[in-house]
Amino acid sequence: MLEIKDLHAGFEGTEILKGISLSINKGETHAIMGPNGSGKSTLAKILSGHPSYEVFSGEVIYEGKNLLDLSAEDRSLAGVFMGFQYPVEIPGVNNAEFLRMAYNARLVNEGKDELDPLDFDDILQEKMDLLGMENKYKERNCNDGFSGGEKKKNEILQMAILKPALSVLDETDSGLDIDALRVVANGVNKLNNENNALILITHYQRLLDYIKPDFVHVLSHGKIIKSGGKELAHELEAQGYDWLTTTN
Amino acid sequence: MESKDNSVSEALDNEYKYGFVTDVESDTFAKGLNEEVVRAISKKKKEPEFMLNFRLKAYEKWLTMKEPVWPNVQYPPIDFQNISYYSEPKQKKKLDSLDEVDPEILNTFEKLGIPLEEQKKLANVAVDAVFDSVSVATTHKKKLMEVGIIFCPISEALNDYPELIEEYLGTVVPVGDNFYAALNSAVFTDGSFVYIPPDTISPMEISTYFRINTEETGQFERTLIICAENSYVSYLEGCTAPQFDTNQLHAAVVELVTLDNAEIKYSTVQNWYAGDPETGKGGIYNFVTKRGKCQGEKSKISWTQVETGSAITWKYPSCILQGDGSVGEFYSVALTNGHMQADTGTKMMHIGKNTRSSIISKGISADHSSNSYRGLVRVGKSATNARNYTQCDSMLVGDQSSAHTFPYIETGNSSLQIEHEASTSKISEEQLFYFEQRGISRENAIATIINGFCKDVFKQLPMEFAVEAQKLLTLKLENSVG
Repeated sequence: MLEIKDLHAGFEGTEILKGISLSINKGETHAIMGPNGSGKSTLAKILSGHPSYEVFSGEVIYEGKNLLDLSAEDRSLAGVFMGFQYPVEIPGVNNAEFLRMAYNARLVNEGKDELDPLDFDDILQEKMDLLGMENKYKERNCNDGFSGGEKKKNEILQMAILKPALSVLDETDSGLDIDALRVVANGVNKLNNENNALILITHYQRLLDYIKPDFVHVLSHGKIIKSGGKELAHELEAQGYDWLTTTN
Repeated sequence: MESKDNSVSEALDNEYKYGFVTDVESDTFAKGLNEEVVRAISKKKKEPEFMLNFRLKAYEKWLTMKEPVWPNVQYPPIDFQNISYYSEPKQKKKLDSLDEVDPEILNTFEKLGIPLEEQKKLANVAVDAVFDSVSVATTHKKKLMEVGIIFCPISEALNDYPELIEEYLGTVVPVGDNFYAALNSAVFTDGSFVYIPPDTISPMEISTYFRINTEETGQFERTLIICAENSYVSYLEGCTAPQFDTNQLHAAVVELVTLDNAEIKYSTVQNWYAGDPETGKGGIYNFVTKRGKCQGEKSKISWTQVETGSAITWKYPSCILQGDGSVGEFYSVALTNGHMQADTGTKMMHIGKNTRSSIISKGISADHSSNSYRGLVRVGKSATNARNYTQCDSMLVGDQSSAHTFPYIETGNSSLQIEHEASTSKISEEQLFYFEQRGISRENAIATIINGFCKDVFKQLPMEFAVEAQKLLTLKLENSVG
């Protein structure tokens, strides 16, 4: 599904990712772990097409297409979803209406008719029930005045509505208390299936107690220095990142 | 709200699309202003004696006055002798039928989206089309007359209903009120007159569409709307002008009067040419005095404005709340981009008991523009239990623009209840990326954020106007974000 080949990329001319290669298949969950500044978030930004980040060399092939040629909007329409580390507040724009716009953008892209607010509400309600989310997520403006936990839950709600093929969740666990973490993790687990893939970017192993990865990759100084199964996360938790960065 | 039509592709070549000039022969006065010019305008219009006296008095006042310097705008001095004070498209004679109107002028309004021809007329909106100094066509006149509503060019009203004009003209904005109002009172050439008789709800929206065509002509229109007891009217005003390198002066006066339990809802979408977005050259100086008097008890005047054009806007639609229990409202969206400057707001003068006013102002500044809100709430001694609510929000787009607010409160009694809220926000690249990451186009993202910011004002506009206003703002901001 996703093939990253020797990717060099960064921000304002500075190289942050220094040759990343990664292969992800349908149905797989990959965790990318690493200390602060290792380039985890840069990878998420590059995959989602953030305009401030640039690719110096390398390739990213998604479903047979060169992902880097697509605009952020087209990547989204092609099924790439990013769960933001810091979801942006959009004052004045109702959350349900925002979700409907995003949903309708997909329908239009597929040549289908848009849904009116009433029809869309059925879909929205179903997903909110699935995730156990309260009505306030319909009534309030998008992320406006949401707590950190509410924002992250709202990301998962968007993921549920948009049903992406590939989700990149950037530090979705940061700033969450244990209850919110559980809600978010349960939501992600419910949405996971054999047809989609998930990249979890996280600093801590804690999230991986709830969402079981098939593979764990450790990123340090812009390179993947170790890959393994989920047991790698436990080793990291026990020994810290120094264990890898110094032995490397 | 989805703008799935072609407004997006239109937006991409976002030039001022009303900037064309219509080639019609016109009868234009030589430049310059003196008593003779004032007399000549009055004569040209075959006005009654009282009107000439009104003009002369205003002219005398004007000679003694100075241009206001307190607005937060900058421009070189205007040479009032270098402006022509009268320009009329040549036509044989005024007839009731549109057949006599120069087809070029009809085409102009057609291009502007205001069809005047009988078979294409906007179904439920009566339109008075003012081209340069003269009203060229008024639609739905007869239908309105059936319920006793008078809707006609003010020049016509001066001859047909002189007693109404004499009774009300200048009672809300006196001839010497301010520099531009005095100038307008001396030289105004046309505009609209509306009279709604008692116990009448206007069966349709009434609107005037202003078009400045000739270069170096000032437009000085005068609007007077009187809404008698227990009546209601919703009035719309639209404006555009061609693209010239020189600045054109637009100094209008609008007076509204409501009697007991009457209500006037006055909506404006202003899109005068704003000058070259890069150099700031050209554009309209929009120096307008708009004021309403809630003369009767429990009457209401509501101003809604969407200001998107003009090089300089200087405008404070105001309410004199004289009748006990009367209500004044001001809803404003003012957008500035390029090198535009706007100093706009309102004045709420509480005189009667239990009077209420609300002010909702949304300023959007982009590029190198400057946008100021200036508002005054004045509560007189007699105005016991007056209430005011003011909300002033500014949105900055990019980092070259500026937003200012100047709220003033003057109170003569202690029973006033006042609430004031203000905020400043910004459309950020991160917000737009968030939309795009969800598959929503940049254009839709901007439109959605702006609509969200302005929705308290847009919901006050009649439906078609709200849609137009949304499109207009999106179009104008297209190149300013990011």
